[in-house]
Amino acid sequence: MEITAELVEYLEKLGRIRLSEDEKDRTQSELASILGYIDKLGELDTTGVEPLSHAIGHVNVMREDEVTNGDMQEQILANSAETKDGAILVPKTVE
Amino acid sequence: MTDYEMVIGLEVHCELSTASKIFCSCSTKFGGAPNTHVCEVCSGMPGTLPTLNRQVVEFAVKAGLALNCDITRKNKFDRKNYFYPDLPKAYQISQLYYPICRNGHVDIKTSAGMKSIGIHEIHMEEDAGKLVHDPLSGKTMVDFNRCGVPLIEIVSEPDFRSAEEVTAYLEKLRDTLQYLGVSDCKMQEGSMRADVNLSVRPRGQKEFGTRTEMKNIASLKAIARAIEYECERQIDVIEAGDKVVQETRRWDDEKEYTYAMRSKEDAQDYKYFPDPDLMPIEISEEYIEKVRSEIPELADAKRTRYVEELGLPEYDADIITGSTTLVKVFETTCEICGAPKDASNWVMTDLLKLCNDSHITPEDISFRFESLGEIIKMVNDGKINRKTGREVFARVFADNVDPAQYVEENGLAQVSDLSAIEPAIKEVLANNEKAVSEYLAGAEKNFQFLIGQSMRSLKGKADPQAVRSALQKLLDEMR
Amino acid sequence: MTGEEILKMTAAELGRKIKTGELSSEQVTAAYIDAIKAEDGKYNSYITVCDDAAAQAKEIDEKIRSGELTGPLAGVPIAVKDNICTKGILTTCASRMLSNFVPPYDATVVKKLKDAGMVILGKTNMDEFAMGSTTETSYFGPTVNPCGTNKVPGGSSGGSAASVAADLAPISLGSDTGGSIRQPASFCGVTGLKPTYGTVSRYGLVAFASSLDQIGPIGKSAEDCALLYDIICGEDTKDQSSVSYDGVNVENVTGFDVSGKKIGIPEEYFGEGIDEDVKARVMEAVKSFEAKGAVVETFKMPIMEYAIPTYYIIACAEACSNLSRYDGVKYGYRPEGVDNLMDLYIKSRSEGFGMEVKRRIMLGNFVLSSGYYDAYYNKALQAKALIKKAFDEAFEKYDVVIGPVAPTTALTAGESLSDPLKMYLGDICTVLINIVGIPAVSVPCGNDKNGMPVGMQIIGKHYDEETILGFAANYQRG
Repeated sequence: MEITAELVEYLEKLGRIRLSEDEKDRTQSELASILGYIDKLGELDTTGVEPLSHAIGHVNVMREDEVTNGDMQEQILANSAETKDGAILVPKTVE
Repeated sequence: MTDYEMVIGLEVHCELSTASKIFCSCSTKFGGAPNTHVCEVCSGMPGTLPTLNRQVVEFAVKAGLALNCDITRKNKFDRKNYFYPDLPKAYQISQLYYPICRNGHVDIKTSAGMKSIGIHEIHMEEDAGKLVHDPLSGKTMVDFNRCGVPLIEIVSEPDFRSAEEVTAYLEKLRDTLQYLGVSDCKMQEGSMRADVNLSVRPRGQKEFGTRTEMKNIASLKAIARAIEYECERQIDVIEAGDKVVQETRRWDDEKEYTYAMRSKEDAQDYKYFPDPDLMPIEISEEYIEKVRSEIPELADAKRTRYVEELGLPEYDADIITGSTTLVKVFETTCEICGAPKDASNWVMTDLLKLCNDSHITPEDISFRFESLGEIIKMVNDGKINRKTGREVFARVFADNVDPAQYVEENGLAQVSDLSAIEPAIKEVLANNEKAVSEYLAGAEKNFQFLIGQSMRSLKGKADPQAVRSALQKLLDEMR
Repeated sequence: MTGEEILKMTAAELGRKIKTGELSSEQVTAAYIDAIKAEDGKYNSYITVCDDAAAQAKEIDEKIRSGELTGPLAGVPIAVKDNICTKGILTTCASRMLSNFVPPYDATVVKKLKDAGMVILGKTNMDEFAMGSTTETSYFGPTVNPCGTNKVPGGSSGGSAASVAADLAPISLGSDTGGSIRQPASFCGVTGLKPTYGTVSRYGLVAFASSLDQIGPIGKSAEDCALLYDIICGEDTKDQSSVSYDGVNVENVTGFDVSGKKIGIPEEYFGEGIDEDVKARVMEAVKSFEAKGAVVETFKMPIMEYAIPTYYIIACAEACSNLSRYDGVKYGYRPEGVDNLMDLYIKSRSEGFGMEVKRRIMLGNFVLSSGYYDAYYNKALQAKALIKKAFDEAFEKYDVVIGPVAPTTALTAGESLSDPLKMYLGDICTVLINIVGIPAVSVPCGNDKNGMPVGMQIIGKHYDEETILGFAANYQRG
C-alpha cells in the first residue's frame, strides 16, 4: 500500500484534523512504515474464518423500557463553552 | 416526445412508541425545554455506554412481521460515523450489515388496482438531536432531547411508479404501525419522516436513471407535490440535453419547487463497523411466534369484518378503520350497546361532526370511550330519546361528563310511565277542545297536532311511542 | 507508627491495621498526601490531587468505627488513572482536549471504591487518551520512573504504576487496552492485573478501544491486586459488555499451591528481539515454579506474528470512532476565533489532540474507510478468531501460559517517541491478551544488569484470575 500525500490529506479530512507541512511529511513516512508492517496480516490465511467482533460470546443483553433518568440539563451544560436558554451554541449550520 | 416513467424508492423513518430511549433511560416525550430529556449517555459524555432497550427489538420485529418480512436471527448494531452537532457521539448506532428485517412487502390499493411494494429491509437506529437557528446570536442552538429516540427505518424497493402509489403506501404503513402500537406516525411532529429517491427513465427502458433524494418532507400532500415537481424537473433536464445530478434536494412546500442542498464537501464515508459496546441479539423461533401472536387485527382485516360481519356500509368501515382511535371508540361502543350499526351511525355522524366543529382530529378526543355506548344503550332502552342522547353526548365530548349521572342530575330521563304521561295529555286535551272535537268528527290529521302538544308539555322527555298510545287510548275513550 | 512505615505497607496490611484501629484512614491518607506534596514533583505521577482526601478519610473512619464499613480495604487510599470519570473531579485523559473536563457522574468502579470505603487520593498521569507505552505523550508532561529517573515508567498507566512504585499511593487503578497496566507495572517493579474482558465495568472509563479496554488494579503484591479486583469486578447494568462474575477468593489466591499445575511456555515469547536479561529472569521464575512441582512445557504459537497488525487495526479503528465526539461542541477544549462549524471541528481537534492521538485517528480512519474495510478491519476480526482459537487450544493443555511482559526493561526517556513503529512493536507480548479478552498479571521477577525491573506475565483462561493471581502470590511468597 503506497501512502501518498493525497491519502494523508484525505485522512486529515476524515478525522477533522489539520497537520502542519512538517507533520504531514512525517506522518506520510510514519504511516508508510506502520502500514507496511500491518500489511503483513495479508499473508495470514483466513479463508472461511468467521470474523469475531466479541471475544466473550454473550448475547441478548437488554434493559427494560423504563424511564429512570431525570432532568440533568444543568450538569450536562456545565462543561459547554457556550450555551443559551438551555441549548448549546455552535457556529451556524448550513441548511 | 419521449414518454417517461418515474421510479421511486422510499426510506421511511418512524419513531417507536417506547417510554424510554433506545440506549438510555431518558424519556422519549416530544417537545420539552432544550436538553431536559438528556443524560450523560445520550449527550455523548466521555466514558458512557449504550444499553439496549428490549422493547425496541420487540417493536421492530412486530413491524417486520406485519410487513411480511423475514426476521434476521443474528443481529448486530453498527456505528455510522459522521460529524454533525446534532450527533453528540459523532456516530449514530444503526444496523448496516445485519438489519433486523428483510424481504417484506406491502400490498396497496390504487385506482389501477392492487399492487405489491417490496420492503428491502427494516433496521433499528437512534434519532439525532434538533438544531434551531438563533437569529439573535446568528448561531445554531443544539438540543439533544431527541437524541436516542428509537427509530426504525423502512427501506422499500424502487417499486413505485406514481405519487399515488407512494401516498397509498405511506398511508398503509402509517395505519399498520399505528394498529401495532409501535409508532404514532405523526408526520407533523416528525415521528414519521420519508426520504424520496426518485429517477425518471423512458418507458420501457430497463436501466434506472440517475436519482435524486428528497429528505424529510413534512406531509403526505407535500410528498405528492414534491414528487410531481421533481419528476417534471428531471424530465426537463433530460429533454434539454443535460444530465440529472445525483444529489440531495430540498422541497420548499410554500414555493413548490426543489433545490439542491449545498453539496457536501466530500462524498460521505461513514466508516461503518460493528459497535463493540453492544452485544449481538439472537432471535429465536419462539420469540418470533410470541411476537406474532401479539399482533392485533390490522386495518384490512378489520375493514372486511366490519362490512361482512357487522353489516357496516363500506364507506363507514373505511373511515372508522382509518383511525385507531375511531376503532377503539367504535369497538368499545359496540361492546357496551351491542348494536354495531347504531354505534357506527353515532361515530360517523355525531362524533365526527363534534370533532369537526371543534377543529380536532379523532386522535385528540379526551372523553371516556365507554360513554358513547352507554348513551346509545340508554336511547335504545328508551331511557332517553335520541335528541336528549345527542345533547348528552355533546356534553360528554366537551367535558367528559358521566352520561348516566348527567341524565339523572338534569332530569333528562324519558318519561314512559303512564301515570306521569296521562295527566299531561289530559291537560292538553282539555286545553284543545276544538282540535279534539274536530278529530272525533273525523279530522285524523289533528292527532299529530295533539301528539306535538303533548310532547311539548312533557318537555320532550317522554317516550314518543308511549305518548302515542296513551293519547290514542284517551281519545278512544272519548268517542 | 511513622509516616515512612505507613508508606511501605501493602494495601492489605493497611486495611488490616485500619480495621483493628491501630491506624486510622485519616492518618494513612495524611501520610500519603504529605508524601505526594513532597515527592511527586520528581515523578509527576499525579495530574490532580484530591483536596478533599482528608475529609473523605474522616467520614470513612466514622463509618468504620460504627461498623458500617467492614471491607478489607476500607479506609485505604487509592490513586485512579485520569481516564476514569470521577464526579466533580477533573478527568483529563492527559489531553489538552479534556484539560477542563469535570464529569457529571462517577464511573461504576469509582462508585465501587467509594462503597468499599476507599479514599481517592488523586488522578494519575498517563499517555494521552491511553495511547502510548511511555507516559510521555501526556499534555501534563511525562511521568518519571521511580526505579531510574532517566527511564520511562511505561504506559499508558505510567502514573498509576509510578505512584505505587514511589510509595505515593498504596494501590491504584489503571486501564489496559494493549498492555497499559502490565507493561508499566513491569517497568516500575509493581504488580498489575489485566482482568478478563467484561468482569470489570467499563462504564465511566473514557473509551480508547471498546472491545479491548479493561480497568484493573496495580499494587505492591498479588494479594493487593486480588483484594482490589474483588471490589471492582461484577456485572453492571450500565455496561452491557459486562458479565456476571463472583470475583476471587483472596484466601485461595494467597494460599495457592502450584504443584501439579501445568505451565505452557510459548517459544515465540522468548524469540528474536527479546532482551537476554528479560529472558533469563522470566525463565528463572518459571524454574522456581518447576522446583515447587509445577510441570513446564514449551509450545509454539505462530499466530503471535500477527498480533501487532491485528491489534493496531482493531484498536485504531475503534479509537477513531470513540474520539470523534471530541469536536469542541459539548465539552472540553474549544478554540477562540472560530467562524464556522468546520473550523470549530478542525481547530478543536488539531489543537486539542497530541500527535500520537492524531496518528492513531488517521490510521483508524484509513482501515475503516470504504474500500479498505475488508482488507484491514474485517481481516483483523478474522485474525482475532484465529488468535482466540490458538489460546483456547493452549488452555486445553495448560493452567497458565507464562512469558515476559515486554521485550525489554524500561526504555530511556525520549527514545521511542521518534519511531512510532518501534514503540508499537514493544507491545508484542501484551496485545494478544486483550484481543482474546483473557486475564494476565504482570509480576516483578528481578532486575536487568542496570538494575531495572523485569516483569513476568502470567496468562490465564477466561475468568481464571484466581489461578494467575495464585501463581503470582505463590512466587511473591518465595
